[in-house]
Amino acid sequence: MKKLIIISCFLSIVGFVSLSFRSEKVINKNYPTLPKDSVGSTKAFMSVYKVLMSARCMNCHPSGNTPLQGDDSHLHTMNVTRGLDGHGVYSMRCSNCHQAENTAGLHMPPGNPKWGLPPANMRMVFQGRTPRELALQLLDPKQNGGRTKAQLIDHMANDALVGWAWHPGEGRTLPPMSRPAFAAQVRLWIAKGAYAPSAKIK
Amino acid sequence: MITITVNGQRHDIEADPNMPLLWVIRDILGLTGTKFGCGAAQCGACTVHLNGEAVRSCVTKINRAAGQNIVTIEGLSANNNHPLQLAWNEMSVPQCGYCQSGQLMSAAVLLRENPNPTDQDIDDAMSGNICRCGTYQRVRAAIHKAAAMQTEGVKS
Repeated sequence: MKKLIIISCFLSIVGFVSLSFRSEKVINKNYPTLPKDSVGSTKAFMSVYKVLMSARCMNCHPSGNTPLQGDDSHLHTMNVTRGLDGHGVYSMRCSNCHQAENTAGLHMPPGNPKWGLPPANMRMVFQGRTPRELALQLLDPKQNGGRTKAQLIDHMANDALVGWAWHPGEGRTLPPMSRPAFAAQVRLWIAKGAYAPSAKIK
Repeated sequence: MITITVNGQRHDIEADPNMPLLWVIRDILGLTGTKFGCGAAQCGACTVHLNGEAVRSCVTKINRAAGQNIVTIEGLSANNNHPLQLAWNEMSVPQCGYCQSGQLMSAAVLLRENPNPTDQDIDDAMSGNICRCGTYQRVRAAIHKAAAMQTEGVKS
């Protein structure tokens, strides 16, 4: 009887251990995890926030329906409007001027095959958002284009249009850190628990 | 060699793939109705249709147009009788005229997609076409007139 109890205990432990490894593996498939750390997570997000609020990112995430231009984020000249799909309207479609690549020269139209704003039904506004508001918005699939945390990391780290920010063409400043450093901060923010900064942090 | 179709005619073009479409249209094909304004997609004078979209040909490389359909002002209608051209003529829209082919090509996309545009729709569609003479009010009025003519069945 005693032997039977010892064997079943051993089997249970083996079962629990293998199960826990299995669930760990599933989580790791999506995004890396670290022990929860609200301070570390928030600190990482503040680095992410600085990039997202830089002109190269924010100019295409405006609070209104007109994209922004330049390092001073002024309204796009020519009264450009978002349109339902985020790619403009009528004879003012983004790709009518913006090519698949930057047009060479100062003040020439920048370009990317996906050039455009978020669509009207998923505006993903950055402009004017506090760090807390933006963090919560980014984590909410109803406001982030239906993305999971893993997809959010992938978008920030690998999306070609996001990547344009680091190759913006002549006369445009770069975001405040490199893309690999930015992606690392996004991963860290989420791995440590994806905490939103306190509302007191501006 | 790059093949493009302009106003229904195929052309084999010997040119650098980075050459602006505008240069090909004007200097190689001799279709000078499309104008050079700013060269930076800021003014709309060089607007042509690339597969129906009102692209600015000064920044559109010929490579992008390879195998595609282009329509210039010369091909907007068979006999200069697009409702917009008739309305433009009737209301004497142009002053110096330099920007007008671009204005017409942009307006044509608007009317195709929205047969009964409001003033706001017209502003949204036409604000990328600059007119140094300030014919904006007549442009707007003529688009409304062309919309009405189109509804009444004036053939283009």
